[in-house]
Amino acid sequence: MDFRLTEDQRALRKGVRELLARLFGREALRAAVDAPSPSLDRELWRELGAAGFFALRLPEEEGGVGLGLPEAVLAFEEAGRCLVPGPLVATHVAAGAVPGAAEGSTVVTEVDEGLVPWLDEADVVLGDVAGAAPMRSVDPLTPLHRVPGLVGTTGVPDTADVLPATGVAVLLTAAEQVGSAAATTEMAVRYAREREQFGQVIGGFQAVKHLCAGMLVRVELARAAVWAASVTADPVEIAGAKLLADEAATGNARDCLQVYGGMGFTWEADVHLHLKRAWVRAGLRLPAARAEEVVAAGL
Amino acid sequence: MDLAHSEEEEEFRARLREWLAAVLPTLPARPDPLDWPARRAYDCGWQRRLYDAGYADVHWDASPTQRLIFLEETELAGAPYVGANFVGLLHAGPTIAAEGTAGQRDRWLPGILRGDEVWCQGFSEPEAGSDLASLRTRAVRDGDAYVVSGQKIWTSHAEVADWCELLVRTDPTASKHRGISWLAMPMDAPGVTVRPLRTLAGSTEFAEMFLDEVRIPVGNRVGEENDGWRVTMVTLSFERGTAFVGEVVACRRLLGELARTARRNGTWDDPVLRRRLGRLSAEFQALWRLTQANVSEAQATGGVPGAGGSVFKLHYSHARQELYEAAAAVLGPDALDLGRDWTLDRLSSLSYTIAAGTSQIQRNIVAERILGLPKGR
Ligand SMILES: Cc1cc2nc3c(=O)[nH]c(=O)nc-3n(C[C@H](O)[C@H](O)[C@H](O)COP(=O)(O)OP(=O)(O)OC[C@H]3O[C@@H](n4cnc5c(N)ncnc54)[C@H](O)[C@@H]3O)c2cc1C
Repeated sequence: MDFRLTEDQRALRKGVRELLARLFGREALRAAVDAPSPSLDRELWRELGAAGFFALRLPEEEGGVGLGLPEAVLAFEEAGRCLVPGPLVATHVAAGAVPGAAEGSTVVTEVDEGLVPWLDEADVVLGDVAGAAPMRSVDPLTPLHRVPGLVGTTGVPDTADVLPATGVAVLLTAAEQVGSAAATTEMAVRYAREREQFGQVIGGFQAVKHLCAGMLVRVELARAAVWAASVTADPVEIAGAKLLADEAATGNARDCLQVYGGMGFTWEADVHLHLKRAWVRAGLRLPAARAEEVVAAGL
Repeated sequence: MDLAHSEEEEEFRARLREWLAAVLPTLPARPDPLDWPARRAYDCGWQRRLYDAGYADVHWDASPTQRLIFLEETELAGAPYVGANFVGLLHAGPTIAAEGTAGQRDRWLPGILRGDEVWCQGFSEPEAGSDLASLRTRAVRDGDAYVVSGQKIWTSHAEVADWCELLVRTDPTASKHRGISWLAMPMDAPGVTVRPLRTLAGSTEFAEMFLDEVRIPVGNRVGEENDGWRVTMVTLSFERGTAFVGEVVACRRLLGELARTARRNGTWDDPVLRRRLGRLSAEFQALWRLTQANVSEAQATGGVPGAGGSVFKLHYSHARQELYEAAAAVLGPDALDLGRDWTLDRLSSLSYTIAAGTSQIQRNIVAERILGLPKGR
């Protein structure tokens, strides 16, 4: 047993991080936020496709990269870190099944938990969207439609509900959450080391330090869960990983906002973008109440 | 990332599992948890059986992965807890193995592994808990011995211990971290008085220790004179980093038990409670994965667990307390019955966020040593 990343996995992570910094750095993020209405950047989508982001798990014979779920998780963690917008997970999962998805020439979205992200911009929509009505999405970079009558299933689900394809989507969403949680931790720590009050940096105040320490604990726990689930692909472990990753992403964004103080409440700071996206992801792909039920059913 | 075990490790697991299945049913009944001498005998008897079967050395000689398998299998099978041997096996022993001379290793390690000698930890003092380095117990050199006077407190298992890992101040003029030494003190030395303290759980799990001119041979010092703080950091990193690993598995087992009880008594039908158990299950599973990650990291970097242990301990101690709160909700009125193991364990669990460094202190460590935030007051 060796839980650490292999050389190849490290290299992959580094490569994806550099690619995303080039394709979707902070300036691109802010430009997207300031656009009059959210629109999907097709150029970005195609470049992601060309880099193999969507075809990562497709076999090489089918034109894919031939890697596995652990590698996909690392790539999605990076996407979550820099808040790449768009139905990344749906398109990735559709690669190989929906023509063009693997190459990034087709944008695929899906009905999920009674919501459809990016409905107007997608080329292919999986699921029944009859009567879908637009909402004013809380996340400026994730337009949402509401599908009538389709609120997330309630009651005790069978673990079989989290079937392989769905499981992958849940896990990759969790990976994005971990990336976001790690990003907000780093933002908070950086800010705490720079911002001064009462004649010292605020990171010297224990109340601030303890918030930051708590953030790191959430990230480490969620990341261990997500990475392990990517290796075992066990539905119960995936549900647990999503649960902890949602908590890490939303909890850390909130704590980051607290560390930033008034600055955190401004539109200019990226903190709220992380929090809002984390909320959206937490509401999609097996939200907490059902994830808890899945894990409980495994007891 | 590879969670699979080697063939050799799986063979080890299979052999151990078979051995446990044969041995556990033959064990005598567990003693009254409040009766420490009986518990010592029981815990040491178990350690002796492990030793005779060749499993004692997993603690220090086996690969960390093999050690994980050992903890996983023994806990899942419901084998006895290390109990009175906690300090010896899980932090004094590892410290001596890492920092002791060959002679010291030969002198103390076999006794710990065989379950012949029980250790306790004499670090805290009435005025020095979280601020451990402000300890005042004095040791004055007199020929080939230190003469030690002072007071220790909350010393777990002191009542039944043979040896104590003792922190003393050997240089009162040096700055507070510089003048400390780490000694192995025989508990039967003249001048050692142990006065049991009752815990809130009603047991005498820990004690006060009064040291009145106790002579301890200089050869019992582990590490250099006045270099005890560094040795202490090694001890604490074992205490926080690895000592609770098996208990995560125990929590997973307990949670399974709790779910069965809840299904029997109908509380499982309460979705709020059911989800609470689900969440806890996810947390303990993740803690186990985090442990594997920490162990892999330590195995790669060679030895002593780092500040990552504090990350683990922080979440673990809170999750375990939450487990007992959930248990109380499942048990209803029975949760108020001290005759139930759950009730006693719930009381004991209140110490988890205090002992081995409070959660506040762990957060300082994470913030300063991992995140690089400035040291504050
Ligand atoms: C069951 C049990 C077993 C134990 N066994 C042993 C043993 O075998 N050997 C041994 O040596 N010791 C043992 N201890 C002692 C234990 O290590 C100490 O209790 C612990 O380190 C805390 O010290 P304290 O009790 O002096 O609390 P204090 O240090 O007085 O702390 C009181 C409160 O103040 C907070 N606080 C203190 N300093 C800070 C700070 N800098 N920042 C923020 N908050 C702070 C603490 O978090 C705590 O909430 C045991 C304790 C328990 C409960």
